[in-house]
Amino acid sequence: MHELGITKNIVDIAERNAREQGAQRVLTVTVTVGDLSGVVADAVEFCFEVCIQGTLLEQARLIIERVEGKGRCRECGAETAMDTMTFSCPACGSFALDRLAGEELSIKEMEIE
Amino acid sequence: MCIDCGCGSQTEHHHHHDHDHHHEHDHDKAHDHHHDQPARTVRIEEDLLAKNNRLASGNRALFREHGIFTLNLVSSPGSGKTSILEKTLRDLQSEMHFAVLEGDQQTANDADRIAATGVPVHQINTGAGCHLDAHMVAHGVEHFHLDKLDILMIENVGNLVCPASFDLGEDHKVAVLSVTEGEDKPLKYPHMFRAADLMLINKVDLLPYLSFDLNRCLAYARQINPDMRIIEMSCVSGVGMEEWYAWLRQQVTQKQLKAS
Repeated sequence: MHELGITKNIVDIAERNAREQGAQRVLTVTVTVGDLSGVVADAVEFCFEVCIQGTLLEQARLIIERVEGKGRCRECGAETAMDTMTFSCPACGSFALDRLAGEELSIKEMEIE
Repeated sequence: MCIDCGCGSQTEHHHHHDHDHHHEHDHDKAHDHHHDQPARTVRIEEDLLAKNNRLASGNRALFREHGIFTLNLVSSPGSGKTSILEKTLRDLQSEMHFAVLEGDQQTANDADRIAATGVPVHQINTGAGCHLDAHMVAHGVEHFHLDKLDILMIENVGNLVCPASFDLGEDHKVAVLSVTEGEDKPLKYPHMFRAADLMLINKVDLLPYLSFDLNRCLAYARQINPDMRIIEMSCVSGVGMEEWYAWLRQQVTQKQLKAS
């Protein structure tokens, strides 16, 4: 359940930035979660409802932008879509895949007033 | 007062201080203010693990400065991490200086076992927490004389999921898998086995009594992480321990050369 800690980070970062901007409240907050990041988007949504209590985000809507995993084979150079169960290159069978995308875990932007 | 994290404590500081956030700002103001302030979008682009990563970089710099080789031992509960440490400390403490950070949700049982070897140890209890983070480690090492250390062993909470995401400032994650578990653990927990640079397959003295398929386990591990080094060992029979010790000696020497 490290999603709880991750979600607290979302709320903390958003609230700190909102205060710096002199905002009264946060309307939406957009986070980027890669499919290979090890973080379950549904669990973040669940934790968000709890974490925003008593903060400037109390009425904020959480928008999660998922990023699909992508890898490149070190042997043949082929690029392929990856999920956590993708182990080998569909082109040549090699297991040496470098991850190009999907490990993102960041807060992207927010709407404040 | 801790400069890095601003947490105001030097010792025994294992709680997440995020909890203690007090919002002096009266929240209701947001609802009754009437001047029109238009909604606007602010870009932030901040990594959600930025705080942990920053503290981990601080730990890494501290360990580099002191030439301390640091390992983060991760596994499911009961794989034998503490037993491997006990044997390693007993066999090597005459030639290098160790310290151990023990992470568990509760009890100081593991720290007591390590303390019995005579090596300095500090227990971190994470309470409800499922992993160690860089902040806990930063405060944990305040209990040691860093100038005197060659190796810091961090035994993480037994959990093959969450510790994969949290950098502690270590040189390498070491994943321990014992042959009393399933051989498909690397496939089931790919994040952890991908994050590790070394895998110790422990309790191999029990292989004759188990249906564990060692070759299949090695193949699965290679699928997840082709670059990972693998040592088969048993801290009961002693098989493989010399290979592990040779790796430790080599790594410590390299680290100290870089520091000097």
